[in-house]
Amino acid sequence: MPRRFGCGLRHIKESSMQRIPTFRKGGVHPDDKKVLSCGHAIEKLPVPSELIVSLSQHLGAPAAPTKQKGDVVTRGEKIGVASGFISADVHSPVTGTIKEIRKVTLANSVSCDAFVIIPDEQQPEDAYQRVDWQAQKPEELLSVVKDMGIVGLGGATFPAHVKLTVPKGKSVDYLVINGVECEPYLTADHRVMLERTDGALTGIMIAARITDPKHIIIGVEMNKPDAIARLKERIAALGYPIDVMSLKMKYPQGDEKQLLKATIRKEIPSGKLPLDVGAIVCNIGTCYAVYEACAYHKPLMERVMTVTGECIATPKNILAPIGTKVADLIAFCGGFSTEPEKLVSGGPMMGFAFYDDQTPVAKGTSGILALPASKSVASTPCISCGRCVAACPMGLTPNRLYRNISHENYEEAMKLGLMDCKECGCCAYVCPAHLPLVHGMKTGKKMGRKKK
Amino acid sequence: MNQPSRTVSTSPHIHANSGTAPIMWSVSAALAPAALWGVYVFGWRALLVLLISITSAVLVEYLLCRIDGKNTIVDGSAFLTGLLVGMNMPPAIPLFIPVVASAFAIFVVKWSFGGLGANWMNPALGGRVFVFFSFTSAMSTFSTPRTLVDALPLSVSGASKVADAVSSATPLGLIKTAVGSGSGAGLETWRILAQEGYPATRFAQGISDALGKAVSPYTIDSFFGNVAGCIGEVSTILLLVGAIYLLCKKIITWQIPVSYLGSFALFVWVFGGIRSGLGLFHGEALSALVSGGLILGAFFMATDMVTSPTTGKGQIIFGIGCGFFTFLFRYFGSLPEAVSLAILLMNIVNPTIERYVLPKRFGAIKPQKEAKS
Repeated sequence: MPRRFGCGLRHIKESSMQRIPTFRKGGVHPDDKKVLSCGHAIEKLPVPSELIVSLSQHLGAPAAPTKQKGDVVTRGEKIGVASGFISADVHSPVTGTIKEIRKVTLANSVSCDAFVIIPDEQQPEDAYQRVDWQAQKPEELLSVVKDMGIVGLGGATFPAHVKLTVPKGKSVDYLVINGVECEPYLTADHRVMLERTDGALTGIMIAARITDPKHIIIGVEMNKPDAIARLKERIAALGYPIDVMSLKMKYPQGDEKQLLKATIRKEIPSGKLPLDVGAIVCNIGTCYAVYEACAYHKPLMERVMTVTGECIATPKNILAPIGTKVADLIAFCGGFSTEPEKLVSGGPMMGFAFYDDQTPVAKGTSGILALPASKSVASTPCISCGRCVAACPMGLTPNRLYRNISHENYEEAMKLGLMDCKECGCCAYVCPAHLPLVHGMKTGKKMGRKKK
Repeated sequence: MNQPSRTVSTSPHIHANSGTAPIMWSVSAALAPAALWGVYVFGWRALLVLLISITSAVLVEYLLCRIDGKNTIVDGSAFLTGLLVGMNMPPAIPLFIPVVASAFAIFVVKWSFGGLGANWMNPALGGRVFVFFSFTSAMSTFSTPRTLVDALPLSVSGASKVADAVSSATPLGLIKTAVGSGSGAGLETWRILAQEGYPATRFAQGISDALGKAVSPYTIDSFFGNVAGCIGEVSTILLLVGAIYLLCKKIITWQIPVSYLGSFALFVWVFGGIRSGLGLFHGEALSALVSGGLILGAFFMATDMVTSPTTGKGQIIFGIGCGFFTFLFRYFGSLPEAVSLAILLMNIVNPTIERYVLPKRFGAIKPQKEAKS
């Protein structure tokens, strides 16, 4: 199958003698479809008429609301505070009035409380003052990161201040920055690397000041040669001690386990964290947010997301306030060219399908896809072709896991490593029998946990 | 507001667009050149055998579909089973035999165990072995391919038994008989064939002379399909063409064919000379590789997805097992049925391989380390 490359791959010439790094086991090569949106510079969305800012935009406990219905909020004002160690603050992206607090369902089916904010017609100009972050101690920077509500923007939305906290007795050898963006369609990180290079690089240096690593590496897949070139150029100009590593394209290289295997050749033991191999992985978009937080004390209240797919009239990379409704984003892209069969929040491999275009985007929304009707194929019996086994980056046997789960033999599935599965979707992507393998894994994990 | 209907499903939302049916039809397509060659050298009767095998397999599948209320004809697996059954039949077989073989394959071997994906034995091989043991003499009578009818005996000195046009023994059968009777003692395979007056085409003799007799004319004839045998197994080169197509399309993996043929060749080279008294390291691997149904079996039947392991390591073990048993049955067994039986035997072992041979898990914690902590 011919791969459609991103913008201008032909301009890069990698030395053919050199082995281009990637992770070894499993993985798939879906058509990356990035060409739809990768050439569109980031556009700022005009302030929508209504925002729905959820209190659960991160992994962990929902934030506790600090405002009530009818309160007037200003742009950047804290409206929710972290309610536990793994939790994050929430800020209002606009100046306006809180119309109500109601339950909403996010794209990932999480149901939670959210502020419905009506923005004022006149929005104040942003006037953030540059702060001398270099003068601040790591602990101070860390508390700023927490205060500004930064979470991982790669999709998992793990609170950044928790991730960047190095426990006593541990040291960080590698700070690996994730610029892989291995999900097809998505180009938000690509545009951030191209257009917000200096900010992102400074953000990396701030993260480095907090975690004190021995080496800093940015991993970028080779389908973004312009981003690689731009990063290298700016790193040289700014004199930062950062290595840019171009990686062979393979999904799911953006997963931290695969990324660490590809960049520093270390395997995170099953059930452990990157810190156990002396590494911290941070998304490039998150680094930009860290930069804005620490260098300007600007909270995380807007992000770059890709609105794309075959059904979007003009696919774009949009800087949108958190809480924007999907319908507003799609309207900004000229609406649908054809009626989509599926709306997806995130990438096509791991994103969540949702049906309501009034669903708000959250901090973890890297993209919105409108996908056309695909030939619906019914599942047929497993023919033991072994493609799922070959594709699984975790070295699992999805066919056997699925069989055990369908027979409600969750214990056996757990023994076979079900908990190592991260639902990357490689198995279901290649399955010629079109079995809902990921669905099975999700069910199996839930039931397996219950039984324990 | 009127919401248009939208699909909500679990990720992933894109697919490689593979399917069971395309896999089955691709394998059938890959077999087509070798099957057509069989029709060319054995005549219209071979075509009739193929058509009857396929029709009866599909018909039985259809009747079973009526019982189950499903439609599994379109997945192409019954067609493929029928085609493989036909290709495993001698060209002059009485026509009821392929019907029995196909029916047994689909009904007993596949359907009674739960249909596609649930059978533990390769259906086509199951059907073939069933009729082989039921109608052994009909299954062991082979016609001479048209390319060998006016061919010259391999060696002028042994021109006593020139093959007749109607039926001839397969080279493997001749060798087995000669070794069994003691007349093949101390001789290499091609010398045995020459002594028995087995013919070779001028074409093959020419190539053999050009190569300085490094490769026997018999091997060259077998490679190009000028040999007596089952309809679909004779042309090594066309089977290889199909196999390369399947490898390129990633429908089969290299593990089984390579380990099967590699281990078989090794066993033949090391131990193959023993039975004719030549001692160790005197076996002829090359002629053994192109003889009988080995190439058809190694690329198209041992690689049957349902009945072979899913892991790469497991496939290599499976292939080596096939190679070992094929060698054992062909060189020391009394039946000319080595490949089928070897693969069926490994089909039996397959679930065990699947249970114990698992891929190395990412970030697997070593047991010793666990014990320490």
